[in-house]
Amino acid sequence: MIALSRVLGYVRRDNFIAAARKNYIRSIHSTCKLRHGEYEMQDPKSPDEVVNITYITKDGKKVPIKGKVGDNVLRLAQRYDIPMEGACEASLACTTCHVYIKSNHELPTAEPEEEDLLDMAPFLKECSRLGCQIVLTKDMEGLEIELPQATRNFYVDGHVPTPH
Amino acid sequence: MKFALPFAKYLSTNPKLNPKICIVGSGPAGFYAAQYMASRLQTAQIDIFERLPVPFGLVRFGVAPDHADLKKCSNGFAKTALLKNVRFAGNVGLGRDVSLKELKEAYNVVLLTYGVDDSLQFDVKGKNLGNVFQAKDFVGWYNGVPWNKELPVDLSGDRATVFGHGNVAIDVARILLSSIDKLKTTDITEHSLALLSKSKIKEVSLIGRRGPLQVSFTTKELRELLNLKDCCNVWQPEYMLTVPEVVPLLVKPRKRLTELMVQKFESRKDPQPDEKQLKMIFLRSPVEFLGDHKVKGVKLVINRLEGDDLLNKKAVSIDIDETVDTSLVVSSIGYKSIKVDNDIPFDGKKNIVRNTHGKVEDGVYVAGWLGRGAAGVLAHTMEHAFGVASIIIKAIETEQLTPKPGFDHVAKILEHKNVQVVTWQDWLKIDEFERGEGQKVNKPREKVVDIEQMLKIAAS
Repeated sequence: MIALSRVLGYVRRDNFIAAARKNYIRSIHSTCKLRHGEYEMQDPKSPDEVVNITYITKDGKKVPIKGKVGDNVLRLAQRYDIPMEGACEASLACTTCHVYIKSNHELPTAEPEEEDLLDMAPFLKECSRLGCQIVLTKDMEGLEIELPQATRNFYVDGHVPTPH
Repeated sequence: MKFALPFAKYLSTNPKLNPKICIVGSGPAGFYAAQYMASRLQTAQIDIFERLPVPFGLVRFGVAPDHADLKKCSNGFAKTALLKNVRFAGNVGLGRDVSLKELKEAYNVVLLTYGVDDSLQFDVKGKNLGNVFQAKDFVGWYNGVPWNKELPVDLSGDRATVFGHGNVAIDVARILLSSIDKLKTTDITEHSLALLSKSKIKEVSLIGRRGPLQVSFTTKELRELLNLKDCCNVWQPEYMLTVPEVVPLLVKPRKRLTELMVQKFESRKDPQPDEKQLKMIFLRSPVEFLGDHKVKGVKLVINRLEGDDLLNKKAVSIDIDETVDTSLVVSSIGYKSIKVDNDIPFDGKKNIVRNTHGKVEDGVYVAGWLGRGAAGVLAHTMEHAFGVASIIIKAIETEQLTPKPGFDHVAKILEHKNVQVVTWQDWLKIDEFERGEGQKVNKPREKVVDIEQMLKIAAS
């Protein structure tokens, strides 16, 4: 029975993922442009460029930020001292900029390389993405990005993160 | 007075305002904890001890040389080391140069992050034969761990066997199967590169005790291995044919990993004469390494799986064995920590420091693999280190602290023992030297693998 319920659990979650992911088929893609944060240091030049987004930190604090089209979500966080790690400096080698998309925005589908890394992320959810792979567009106005609150969980109830 | 107030907290001797914290081990767990605490406790003094003259632990000595991007995390660690309230003290070993008792006398908080220093091993006949290695030593050999430099590796045979289905096993297999042109532009140590360039290894078997659904490696690492240039993947159809029907029952990340294996199995081709081969072998455990002095073969026993949990079945021998030829064996079945000081409460079964949510006892904490066991990627260690650091901060805020002498106390002990402490500035000299040597041969770095030489450069 234990085995059966676990398998059923898989099926249900699996269907949920299938439904949640509209585009499962790989598309031809171009590599995300890597910059070193200089672009994110510039303020928007016109109101047309502005993309307002909100970061939710590990302490649960909401930080509204005025970003602009083309800003990288990791670099933008770093500009405003939001403690988002980017250990591999956006080279798609680690998962330390793992975030959850809390708002109902339709982001471009993750490339397989990003998915491969997300597979290793602690506390993976359906809405998990890597911050370094999200580049703001006008459609992302109102985007809410939450940092995994592992540290807070640890602190509150002593929950220890375990690898999958 | 108006100006004095903001500075008062920096001058205070109140231990609540100026806690003395030390971290033992400068790998990712140590540096992430330091980073977390340094930014939140700006008046705390945080000292990071490292037994080697060089920092970064497994980022330097564990991460594969061809995974340079992951090593960029050391740039962030370097920023932490340069903070005003952070000190790096290299060449200082706990249990060697200083005891836990002495650290507790000197500091309000001792955080142990010295990681792993040993391997889980197969206890089988022939385990001490020549060319049979633990992955930790083999990785240390190509990554410049000083005490692994002389590892007597022989790559003159054509078959290698790697035991274990985790990411370290994949690293070892990949290094053995990679083209030398790719490796020579990495920071792989010169002595290993020289030997690998003459390697005759044509075939690597990656052997696990369980099946395709119980592997421990991750999708990214497996994809990289299966896509190696001029290398053909060989699968066992008897174990792969039934896998596709299970895939719909799985969820991420297991689902994507299994899909990758199925896809690679279904698109498999016959090996070409010039190609190297990677054999993915399931449900086998070694019972004996065969040979007179050097290993010549492995006697394997075939396993079957038992248990209700699809992804966590147990391997049980079915008492049928087979023998395969091999000229090199690398076992990669897990790392373990060791007890470096008699006063450390150590769990010899789990091979970790005994702890409850990172707390060992009043004033002593543990983070990273030493407290959690050797599993998970950088982000897991980061989250764990942040978590333990947040508990330490909470304790400092709420508990009674007594004034402590901090580094001065340890410095006296080290001076008495004639220990050369390597500072961050000293390490930067070693760093510069290594980069310079690397530049001459078109590598990002040529690691110094001799501790005496490190200390000499540090003192220059």
